[in-house]
Amino acid sequence: MAEQALIEICELYKVFGKYPASVMSQVHEGAGKDELLAETGHTLGLRDINLKINRGEIFVIMGLSGSGKSTLIRHFNRLIDPTEGKILVDGVDVMELNKKELEQFRRHKMSMVFQRFGLLPHKTVLENVSYGLAVQGVKKPVRHQKATEWLETVGLKGYEQQYPSQLSGGQQQRVGLARALCTDAEILLMDEAFSALDPLIRSEMQDQLIELQDKLHKTIVFITHDLDEALRLGDKIAILKDGELVQQGKPEEILLNPATEYVEAFVKDVNRARALTVETVMNPPISRITANTIGEALEQMKKLPEDYGYYVNEDGYQGILLQETLEQAAEDNAEAALNETLIEELEAVSPDAILESVIPETLDTEYHLPVVDEEGSLQGELSRSNLAEVLGDSSRQAA
Amino acid sequence: MAEKSWLTDFPQMERGDLIAIRKTLDGAYRDFSREYGDVIEAVFDPLLNFLIWFERLLLQSPWWLVLGAITGLVYLASRSWKLSGSVVVALLAIGYFGMWDNTMRTLSMITVCTLLAIALGVPIGIAMARSDRVQNIVTPMLDVMQTMPAFVYLIPVVMLLGIGKIPGLIAVIIYAIPPVIRLTNLGIRLVDREVLEAATAYGANPFQRLFGVQLPLAMPTIMAGINQTIMMALAMVVIASMIGVKGLGQPVLKSITNQYFTLGLLNGLAIVVLAIIFDRVSQAWAKRSQKHLGELSHG
Repeated sequence: MAEQALIEICELYKVFGKYPASVMSQVHEGAGKDELLAETGHTLGLRDINLKINRGEIFVIMGLSGSGKSTLIRHFNRLIDPTEGKILVDGVDVMELNKKELEQFRRHKMSMVFQRFGLLPHKTVLENVSYGLAVQGVKKPVRHQKATEWLETVGLKGYEQQYPSQLSGGQQQRVGLARALCTDAEILLMDEAFSALDPLIRSEMQDQLIELQDKLHKTIVFITHDLDEALRLGDKIAILKDGELVQQGKPEEILLNPATEYVEAFVKDVNRARALTVETVMNPPISRITANTIGEALEQMKKLPEDYGYYVNEDGYQGILLQETLEQAAEDNAEAALNETLIEELEAVSPDAILESVIPETLDTEYHLPVVDEEGSLQGELSRSNLAEVLGDSSRQAA
Repeated sequence: MAEKSWLTDFPQMERGDLIAIRKTLDGAYRDFSREYGDVIEAVFDPLLNFLIWFERLLLQSPWWLVLGAITGLVYLASRSWKLSGSVVVALLAIGYFGMWDNTMRTLSMITVCTLLAIALGVPIGIAMARSDRVQNIVTPMLDVMQTMPAFVYLIPVVMLLGIGKIPGLIAVIIYAIPPVIRLTNLGIRLVDREVLEAATAYGANPFQRLFGVQLPLAMPTIMAGINQTIMMALAMVVIASMIGVKGLGQPVLKSITNQYFTLGLLNGLAIVVLAIIFDRVSQAWAKRSQKHLGELSHG
C-alpha cells in the first residue's frame, strides 16, 4: 500500500509467566497455548501479531473473551510490554522510549477509553475530562475551558460539577470519550468502550462516534467482542482467536469470504441485510441501453438476457425501457428518436445503501433494480436472486 | 532420683548455658545503651521539647480557652453542633471531677503519638503497597509488634532511654502504628486497577498517580487505619504510665495497687470520653471529605 501506516506492529509475542524469555524458543517452534501451559506454566497471550493501521481509519480488533484483544490494545501505549516484537507509531519505535519519553508519548500521541470507564471517582466530571491536560501541566482556566467545550460536544453540558457516580453508565462513558478527545491526541484507543452499556445506549454511542469521526478523522483502534458493532464501525476488522490473528480485512471481505471455520461460525449469526451494502452484492450493469433511435434500442435489447434495459444518456440514468413498448413504437417508425414517453420511471438505489433498506423496493418490482451513484451513472443492477443468495445463505447455515 | 531420660523429659539445654546466653545478651545490650544512650537520647531531644511545649500549652492556658479551642476544632472537623455540644459537656464533667490536668496531659501525648504514627505509618504503608518484597518483610514485623506483650519491649526501651515521656511515646507508637500501616497498604492495593491504568494511559508519572489517584481513593481505608491507631494509643495510656508517663494512666495504676475502685472508674471513663471524641470527630471529618461518594455508593 502506498499509504504510510500510522501504527505498525511486527511479529509481536506476549507470554505471561515467571520467565517468559526462557520459553520463547518453544513458542517459535510452534508449541500451542495448552501445551505451553502444561509444560512450562506460562500462558501464551499473543502470538506473531502483524498489523498495519492507517491514518484516519477505524480499525476494529475483535475476539471473544480470552482471545487477547485487551492485551493487544495495551501494547499500543505500553501499558503492557511485549515479550518480543516491534511497535512503531508514526515511525517511532515505542519500545525504544525511556520512562520520560514514554510519559510524553502517552500524553500527546494516544488517549484511551476504558470498558468500565476508568473515571476518577473523587473528581468532578469537568476535572475528569480535563485530566489529560492536568497531567500535562496545562493551567486550570485553559483546561477547564477546553473540557467544557468537549463536554458540550458529547452532549453533557450542565453536568460539569457532578461526580461520576451521579451519572448513568452511558453518561459516564461520554465523559470517558470527552476525556480522550480533550487531549487532541491523534490516536484513540477504545477498549470495549461500549460493551458495558445496554443495547439502545450502545447504538446511540456508536452513532455519536461515527458522527464525531466524520468531523475529527482520528485514528481509532476499537476493541470489541460484538461482530455487529465491528461491522458497523470498522473500516477494517482484525479477528483474534487464542492470541493469534485469524483474518483481517474490510468488513465485507470478512463477511463474504471467512478465512477459517472459526470466522465462519462467527459471521453466520450476523444480520447480513444490515451489515452489507448494495455495492457488495450487485451484478455488473449489463442491461445498459445507450441508443438514440427506437430501432437501435431494439437491437441492443435483443442482446440482453431480459426483455428490458436501463436507458442511459449523457445525463446519466433516465429510466427503464421495455421491449414490448419499443416493439409497438417501432411498428410506427423505427427511425424515430427515443423520447421520454417511452421511458418508464423506475426508482434507482444507491450503491452505499444498506441491503435491509432496499428489500421493499426489490420485492415491489419485477425488474432488477438499477444501482446508480450520486453522479447519476449506472453502477450495477440488483436482483432479487442477488439478495436471496447472500441473505438466504446465512439463514440456511444458521438453521 | 532415677536417671533423666529424653523420653520422659523434654531435652533441655544446660542451665549454665542459658544463663551464659542471658548474661552475654544483657551485658552486650547494657554496654550498648551505656555507650550510645546519650547519643540516642539527644536524637530524641527535639521531640521531647515539642512534647513538653505542647503539654505546657494545654496545661498553662486558661481552661476555658482550651475548651473553646477544642470545641472549635471539633466543629471545624465535623460541622455538627450536636457533636460539638456533647464534647463541651463531656469535658466540663471531666474538669468538674478534678481530672482536667491529667486529661490534658493524655490528650497532648495522644495527639503527638497519633501525628507521629501517621507521619511514619503512611509512608511505610505506601512503600509496602508499591513492592511485594517490602510487604513480605514488614508484615511479619507488624505481626510481632501487635502480639508481643507491651511490657517486653518496654524493657529495652527503658534500659536505653530511662523512664519518662520519650520511652512512653516509643512504646505507644510501637503498639499503635500497625493499623495505619496495614490499612494504608490495603487501601492503595484496593484502588480500582482500571482507574490507575487510565491515569497511566494519560501519561501520569508515579508522583501524579500516587497523589492524584492512589492516596485520594485509598483515603477512606487510611482514615479507618488512623482511627484504629488513635484507639490503640489510648488503650496504651495505662501501660505507658508504668514507665512514668503522666496523665490519666497514673491514677488508674494507683487504683489498681491500692484498690481504689471509684478513682479507677472515673479515670477510666475519662479515657473512654477522649476515645469517643477522637473517634467521632475523625470519622465525621473523613465522611465529610469523601463527599464524592455521595448517597449513591455509601449510605
